[in-house]
Amino acid sequence: MILDGRVPSGPLAARWARRLDDLELVGPVRRRGHHVLVVGAGLAGASAAATLSELGYRVCALTFHDSPRRAHSVAAQGGINAAKNYGNDGDSVERLFHDTLKGGDFRSRESNVYRLAELSARIIDQAVAQGVPFAREYGGHLANRSFGGTLVSRTFYARGQTGQQLLLGAYQALAKEEAAGGVTVLARREMLDLIVVDGRARGVIARDLVSGALETHVADAVVLATGGYANVYYRSTNAKASNATAIWRAYRRGAAFANPGFVQFHPTALPATSEQQAKLTLMSESLRNDGRVWVPLRPGDERGPVDIPEAERDYFLERRYPRYGNLLPRDVASRAVKAMCDDGRGIGPGGRGVYLDLTEAAERLGAATLRERYGNLFEMYEHITGDDPLRVAMRIAPAAHYTMGGLWVDYDLMSTIPGLFVLGEANFSDHGANRLGASALMQGLADGYFILPATLGGYLADAKLAPIADDAPEARAALADVRARLETLLARQGRRAAGDFHRALGRILWEFCGLERSRDGLVKAIEEIAALREAFWADVTVPGGGRELNQELERAGRVADFLELGELMCRDALARDESCGCHFRVEHQTGDGEARRDDDHFAHVAAWTPGESGRSPGRLVEPLEFDAAAPDERSYR
Amino acid sequence: MKVTLRVWRQPGPGEPGGFVRYALDDPPPETTLLEALDGLNEWLVGLGEAPVAFDSDCREGICGACGIVVDGRPHGPRPGTTTCLLALRDFAAGATITLEPLRTGVFPVVRDLVVDRGALDRVVRAGGYVSVRAGSAPEANALPVGHDVAERALDAAACIGCGACVAACPNGSAALFVGAKLAHLALLPQGQPERARRARALVGAADREGFGGCALHRECEAVCPKGIAIDVIGRMNREYLSAVAAGWWRGRRRPVSSA
Repeated sequence: MILDGRVPSGPLAARWARRLDDLELVGPVRRRGHHVLVVGAGLAGASAAATLSELGYRVCALTFHDSPRRAHSVAAQGGINAAKNYGNDGDSVERLFHDTLKGGDFRSRESNVYRLAELSARIIDQAVAQGVPFAREYGGHLANRSFGGTLVSRTFYARGQTGQQLLLGAYQALAKEEAAGGVTVLARREMLDLIVVDGRARGVIARDLVSGALETHVADAVVLATGGYANVYYRSTNAKASNATAIWRAYRRGAAFANPGFVQFHPTALPATSEQQAKLTLMSESLRNDGRVWVPLRPGDERGPVDIPEAERDYFLERRYPRYGNLLPRDVASRAVKAMCDDGRGIGPGGRGVYLDLTEAAERLGAATLRERYGNLFEMYEHITGDDPLRVAMRIAPAAHYTMGGLWVDYDLMSTIPGLFVLGEANFSDHGANRLGASALMQGLADGYFILPATLGGYLADAKLAPIADDAPEARAALADVRARLETLLARQGRRAAGDFHRALGRILWEFCGLERSRDGLVKAIEEIAALREAFWADVTVPGGGRELNQELERAGRVADFLELGELMCRDALARDESCGCHFRVEHQTGDGEARRDDDHFAHVAAWTPGESGRSPGRLVEPLEFDAAAPDERSYR
Repeated sequence: MKVTLRVWRQPGPGEPGGFVRYALDDPPPETTLLEALDGLNEWLVGLGEAPVAFDSDCREGICGACGIVVDGRPHGPRPGTTTCLLALRDFAAGATITLEPLRTGVFPVVRDLVVDRGALDRVVRAGGYVSVRAGSAPEANALPVGHDVAERALDAAACIGCGACVAACPNGSAALFVGAKLAHLALLPQGQPERARRARALVGAADREGFGGCALHRECEAVCPKGIAIDVIGRMNREYLSAVAAGWWRGRRRPVSSA
């Protein structure tokens, strides 16, 4: 079956304007009669909820945090891209579009990527107007820096805490709308199921995490902005509570899941120090503006970084990729790091890391300049490792970071379930097989401030929606399903904590569905995950009850969903018999060890649907057509 | 490394609580305090006992979820850091580490180390924002902002809303939190049109939530993980006084509570 992205026709640059013209409008009075549920209050969710309320819709926003300000968007460090061309260095909407499309190895939908580039400039305008304190030049104008995969300077930043500052902007916009009465924020609520009535999304079942009460929330449309699922690997740069449950429950209700196997491994995270450790701390890609990545020339060199003379270092990114050097995209950089480690030249425990060296830049530019650019990152590094990165080269290693895969959405950000919209990292739409740095913030905010508020209106104007009550049969059925599932988890009384299964799942995925994948490995992983899932349901234990704050119950439910999602990721990686972007199948590589795409057979999005009871999931495709930029070989050399 | 955790256990709001001691099974010194707590919890779960409830998410000092009082001090003994960035090596071998929830009447205990900090969100909701609708913003470079002004605004905007300042204050004052938000927006040109209203509204909301007054003990500044300086409290006072004075001069003085 073929999926239709419902992309407007005509010249690329005119498509979004054309869609806006074609969308039916909902009048201001009628807007007040429409209820919209927004799940997740990070950049995408908070900006969407605030903007919908500004338009007059009645919005209910759910977050599992105690406050929307804690959403994981807060941890984005380095910056946000926008095609302002303030640097006068040849940037343009076209160039940002092309960089992003190429960065994603031609596995994203061209029209979406173009729209993202087109909207990027307005996001900066909006954030500045909200009081986001971006870095400034001495003349008072906005400063820029570079990120991987680009040759221009288009990244706006607030030290190493750009995500925090943009999130506070969106959070404050949300607070403004709460004060105005258009939004109700329900904190510490976790979505556990989607309510579908007559084929349309009409609400969610949520658990009040404090009281444990199950709640039915009904609405005219549901917006999921619940982030990515890199925590499926157990060990990742994601926050501890980031999870896939909301999108996975929607998938189980019929929303297609696109490219689940597309996972980004960030090259510059701090290596893990213990088996128990799940959270890996990221060191922003922006450090590669001033930092140089290297390993000792000689395998097994045990000397410290300061004692290794210049001539005995291998600046392998600069050597192998002279054009982009240290500012390579993440997928290529991560693989290059892995190649060095496989070659026995990795450093630190287990030889799994490489150096990211800012000491030379510190001598050249002075410590004060670097602290202004990256201050909080250095503090964080020093807190964690005890080393001063301006004196001793940092030790870094690749880590699971961002998921390009997510629920399939059409051009209007609507999933295969009408009335269910998906924003930000939770959808699959804009980054193809690899996301460029500083593009996640851009996408979350483009979706929330500008795209969804327009397209949702188009849906509501056309849809003939009957009123729905909390006790509609479909809502009662979903509630009963959730209750049964929680009771099963609580009743099992086995011997192993959910975290133990999570670690085992992470080990399987890291080995077989990580930086490199192979047919045999993926087949094995699928079997092992199925066995692990059986063991989970036989032997998991969750103390306490359902009618209380029970963090172990929350964890167990999320791990149960990861155990299903992990298998789908492997199925997707197995079915995609090519290499592209982050997805590196060892069977498909060039003589230089680069990914070899197969455009004849795989220039498409793979979207999975849940199988009927006991049957394997189905695989739909959306063919990718490239009108403006013909796919070429993706070279950064 | 041998350490013992002495943890406040309280099954629910308003219920009696007490300390329980757990000797840890020799974790390596680079283990973070919260990973040690994760390990303890997994062990408790294996025994069928309730794990220690605590808030924590990003584990890199930016989300503000983890406010735990460690050995009597919010975020523990190391200055300028959050609880999640503490490692066992920050403590002496053989130490007993005491973990308590942030204690202030305005943050009720939910369970164990989890408290309800919703009052901080309600203070922001009173006016801690710039009223600009999506789509109405002018071109970003239209209004220059001096380099140093932007840096100072960011110093204040760096607040992570963890609530440590309130828990450290003998009066339970949120002055550092309120001052940081007022300073952030008052420094920038975008914050000017609502400046006076914002000052009255935030100070009034903090009063209504039951936060105490500032008596310049400076405990807040000492525990702030983001190094926010007490200058912002001076800024808050100036903002508030000039807002109230301006209102009085215009003969439109209104009580604070309706600001």
